[in-house]
Formats: sequence, structure tokens, C-alpha cells
Amino acid sequence: MDVTNSDNILEQVTTSEYKYGFYTDIENDMAPVGLNESTVRLISAKKLEPEWMLEFRLKAFRHWQSLQEPEWAHIHYPKINYQDIIYYAAPKKKKELASLDEVDPELLETFNKLGISLDEQKMLSGVAVDAVIDSVSVKTTFQDTLARHGIIFCSFSEAVREHPELIKKFMGSVVPYTDNYFAALNSAVFSDGSFCYIPEGVRCPLELSTYFRINAANTGQFERTLIVAEKGSYVSYMEGCTAPQRDENQLHAAIVEIIAMDDAEVKYSTVQNWYPGDKEGKGGVYNFVTKRGLCKGKRSKIAWTQVETGSAITWKYPSCVLMGDNSIGEFYSVAVTNNYQQADTGTKMIHIGKNTRSTIISKGISAGKSNNSYRGLVKILSGATNSRNFSQCDSLLLGDKCGAHTFPYIEAKNESSIIEHEATTSKISEDQLFYCNQRGIDTEKAIGLIVNGYAKEVLNKLPMEFAVEAQKLLAITLEGSVG
Amino acid sequence: MLLNIKNLHVEIDGKEIIKGLNLGVNKGEVHAIMGPNGTGKSTLAAAITGREGYDITEGEIWFKGTNIIEMDPDERANLGIFLSFQYPVEIPGVSMTNFMRTAINAKREYNGQPTIPAGEFLKMMEEKKNLVEIHSKLTNRSVNEGFSGGEKKRNEIFQMAMLEPSLAILDETDSGLDIDALKVVAKGVNQLRSQENAFVIITHYQRLLDYIIPDFVHVLYDGKIVKTGGKNLALELEAKGYEWIKEQQFV
Repeated sequence: MDVTNSDNILEQVTTSEYKYGFYTDIENDMAPVGLNESTVRLISAKKLEPEWMLEFRLKAFRHWQSLQEPEWAHIHYPKINYQDIIYYAAPKKKKELASLDEVDPELLETFNKLGISLDEQKMLSGVAVDAVIDSVSVKTTFQDTLARHGIIFCSFSEAVREHPELIKKFMGSVVPYTDNYFAALNSAVFSDGSFCYIPEGVRCPLELSTYFRINAANTGQFERTLIVAEKGSYVSYMEGCTAPQRDENQLHAAIVEIIAMDDAEVKYSTVQNWYPGDKEGKGGVYNFVTKRGLCKGKRSKIAWTQVETGSAITWKYPSCVLMGDNSIGEFYSVAVTNNYQQADTGTKMIHIGKNTRSTIISKGISAGKSNNSYRGLVKILSGATNSRNFSQCDSLLLGDKCGAHTFPYIEAKNESSIIEHEATTSKISEDQLFYCNQRGIDTEKAIGLIVNGYAKEVLNKLPMEFAVEAQKLLAITLEGSVG
Repeated sequence: MLLNIKNLHVEIDGKEIIKGLNLGVNKGEVHAIMGPNGTGKSTLAAAITGREGYDITEGEIWFKGTNIIEMDPDERANLGIFLSFQYPVEIPGVSMTNFMRTAINAKREYNGQPTIPAGEFLKMMEEKKNLVEIHSKLTNRSVNEGFSGGEKKRNEIFQMAMLEPSLAILDETDSGLDIDALKVVAKGVNQLRSQENAFVIITHYQRLLDYIIPDFVHVLYDGKIVKTGGKNLALELEAKGYEWIKEQQFV
């Protein structure tokens, strides 16, 4: 870790509450409250979608109506009234924009507060950003640079218009709308998201990044991300999330699908910092996300890295289906819960091909009155000869009113497979805190230091600039968790 | 006087361990505190540094003209009190470099100074590492993680050198050290000795005092200092054991 950065981070710990809790006053173009077939049709119409897309949405909607909300996760929350949510809110378009100068200054201000800029600065840091604010992708940068490599990186809506053959081929191929309750809901009402296509043999020269943010009151955000990596290609994709501070709970149900062909590699990193609710557990985002990668090709590799510090409720299991022989799936996770936050998160590694390998490193940190669960499935199918899995699930407790839970599921149908599972639970010891104190480091800073050290293995997997943000978030999230 | 402890009484879980202790330390002095196990040597160190669970029921601890008994441990540290731990703890994933940098900047912040420039910090690390013959690799590892007993103790002295305290308390720094490591530790301490700082060396044996020559030797027994002398007292204790002190007590 860069020492300068860590210092800045630690300095911030003592000062900030939820620092992304501002609200941008942009005129919103919203759908009426509630969900029925006409809502779905309205969303599709707003987005000028082709008939096949509407059909997909309607099929998903009808299927969703037949489903029950799942209750198996170790989370408790009042019933969500799906008729009380606005399913579409786009910043109102005043006119066609010719350049960035014409973008609503308030919107730009929002981006500045978020610390992302759509201008030349990002070029220097080599990040292409697709900003999704309340459901519509506002402006995608660096498309030209990417286009030169034949890479497509655009909003999902644009992809539906410009690359229908790719969307038809791959959308729903990893996470079908029948997959689960929230996947069905997303498939019916998703408003936008990102599409990324890396052609054969291309190594994407930039870290691709999407910044999601929920803005308008009572709006759910239902974005979809689809990443296709053709043979021998490589891409690193970063997703950051924030939401303004509100008393009501906001719903977020996203889908991410990744497909990796022969020898392709996709790294997907998330820093999730949705509003977690206040200290009494009021408000916060309900985060129900389905993320899955398909290692379709031989020797393909998909790695999920996530730092989950936000949301009142996190329900999320980024998974890998290891279909191609010798393919590799990795999952690195840090999940922090404080106050009344609840997280039920983990992964699924489905070994289908021969010599497939998967690694799971999960670091849970619980503080306050929160509950933090790891839930993971390692499934070895009969054809997965010589497959291997290594899982390590560590829990760190701060205080004695929080909970850490581990639910590992293992199903092995091939005798040649090797599965290892390690788990530890520890507490930050008073000895450690006193040791830091004795060196002049106050308790708040000491916790930031110890927790970042504990999570280092995972943080090291993040792209550099994301790692810095993640370290800040870890410290900020745990602010006030001792004493 | 740098440190002035007056009539100190300390309890742990309601049990009185230190029972009216007086100790004065001036700048430039080295004090050795000796005594049998369980007489309150480590408790004294904990009380001076402000460790939680050590309740001061009576008395005062004056340091640089302030009674520090209500101060938080980190503030006492930033004021210039350093403890070389008997059992240094491991902090996995936190590199020594990062740890030291955080500590130094905490102190600088306390003194109203800006954070240390990277170049200056690295130069200082190099210098101080040489002082205690610490291998470069050691500072890239996590704090005390996987360090041998000797490495841990040398690492404590290294931290002391980095933080330049006015008062350093060495709690059984010699325990578990072989003679070579002991010499390295002693050499480090001797080089850091100056007219501006002071050392309180808590030890069970006089062995360390062959290499770090104390100005005063105190015998702690049953929560009180029962005898004070020069460096020869340590030799006397080594020869006779602590029994004669105990006997004197009961006479």
C-alpha cells in the first residue's frame, strides 16, 4: 500500500459521515409509481427499443409475477412493496448535446462530487467511464480510443440499438430471466447499464469503469451489464456505486453477465458504497444483485473482486461457471457491515470442465449491531476431472453485538477433485489496539490500519486507484464502531 | 524532573498490585527496575503508558510537568513516552513501513507539524535500521508477523529509535534474547542515550545491565520500591538473589 494514501485515508476517518449523501436537483423524467405491464411497455418505449427487446421484458415480467421473493438468505427486512417504487427515472433531456460543455452543469457537479470527471483528466489516468445516473447512461468517454481497438464500450440502450445481434446472442445467456426473483425483475424493468465487447486477441488498453448512482427519491436502479471477451482477449472492468442519503429504502437489483471465450480473461472489480442507512438503521439501499461469469472457453479466466461497504442489505453472489477445460474462476471479497447493516454474500463456483480451478478468498468484517454472512457453493460436476478449489473465509468481529456467519456448501461428484476450505474468526484484540496507541496512533486510526491489513490480500487484487478508494471506505465505514 | 511518580497505587480487577510507589527520573538518566516475578514491574509500565484495565486508585504520574493519569495512551505516547513491549503483538497485513509512517505522522500531527516527506522518512528508516542491525526485509513484512523472538525485540528498539521518545521504558527486553541479540539491543540503546532523554529498564536479571550501565538500580518488591542503589546493587542481587531483600522487609 502506498503510504501517502494510507495516511490521507486515515485522516479522513475521523471526519466524515456518509460523504456521498448529497442530492442533485436535476429535472427527472419519471415513470409513474408501480409495476405492471404498461410500466414495462413505457420503459421500453422511452428507450425506443425494438420489438424483440420489449418481448424479452414482457416474458421476464410475466415470469416474475409467478415467483415468490426468496427468503433463504440470512437477512431480515420489511416486505418490499413493489408497487410503491418508480421503475424509471431519466434526467430530462433538454436538447441533443454536441459536446461535454453542454451537459447540465448540475450533473457535472454531481460527477465532480463523486470524484469522477468526464473530461481530459481521466484520459491521463487511463480510465474510460460510463456513468449511469438514475438509470440512463449520460455520457460515455473514450469510445474513440476503444473503437480503434475494435472494443465496444457503451450504454446498454445504445448497444440494443447499435449491436442488436450481439445483445440477442449473449443477453440472458449466463443469467436467464428465469434465474431468480430479482433477475426476473431486472430483466423486465432494467433501464440501462453497460455493454462491453472485446474482440478476439485484443487486450483492452484501459481500465473500463462504470459509476452507478441512485439519485431520485423512490427510484429503483436496475442496471444490466454485459461483458463479452472473445478468444485471447483481456479486460479489467471496475464498477463503483454510491447513492444519496435518504430516509426511505431504495431498491437496487442489477444483473451482470460475463462471457469469456478460449484464453480470454476478465477481471471485474466492484467497490459498492450504496447508502447504508443511518446509525439507527433507517433508510439505506436494498442491494439484490445477480452477477455471474461464464468461462465458456478453454483456459479462460474470470476474477471477481468486490469491496462491499454500503447498502442496508446486500444479497449478492458473484459466481463463475467453469465450463471450458482448464478454466479458472476467482472470487476475492471484503464485506464490511456496521450499525444495522446486513450482508449475505459469497460466491458459487460451478466446475464443469476438466482441470478447472477456483479460488475463494472472503474477508468479512462486522461491527455495531450488524450481521455479516458468507454463503458459498462449490459444485464439482462429474465431468470435472482433476478440478480444484481452495476457499478461505475469514471473519473479523469488532465489538460483541455483531454477528459473523459462514454457510459453505460443497457438492463434489468427481472423485479426482480436490476441495480445501479454511475458515477463521477473529477479533481485533485489545493488545493490538494498545500496541498502536502506544505508538501514538489513536484508536480510530488503529482500527483503520488493522482492518486494512486484514483485508490486504483482497485489496491487492483491485486496480490501483480503486484500491485507494476501497481503503478509504473501509476506514470510513467503521468510523465510530469502537468505544 | 522528566518523570515523577508520587505515591502510586494501581489495581487490576480490584486487586492492588502497586502499593504506594515513588520514582523520580531526570533527563540523561538510566534507571533499572529489578525484582522477583509478580511484584508489579510490568504493571508499573502499563500504568505509566495508560493501558486500560490498570486502575490508578491513588497517586500521581507527572511527565514533563503534567499529571498524565487521565490522558489516553496515544496522547502519552505522542508526548514522548515509549514502551518496548515484553510481548510485541503481530498486526497481520500492516507493513512495518506503513505502521512506522503512521506513528511518526501521528506524533507530528500532535506537535502541529506537517506529515513527513517520503524521502526524509525513507532516509530515517535506513539510518535507524542500521542502528539495530535490522535487515531491510524485516521492515517490508507485516508488524512482528513471523518475527523470531530476537527480531521482535530488535524491532522494538528500532521503533524507539524512529520515534525518539524522551522517556523509554524497556519491559523485559532482555528476556528470550541470546547474547548476540542482547548486545545488539544494548548497542542500540547506548547510541540513543543522550542528555535529553531517559530510560527505565525493567529486568529480572542483571545480564542486560552489563551492557547498559544504569545510573540507579531500584528493587521493586510487593508493589513498592524497597531499595535503591547504584549499578553494584544489580550485581549484589545477582549474587544473593532476592531473598535477602525479602528478609530485610520483614525484619
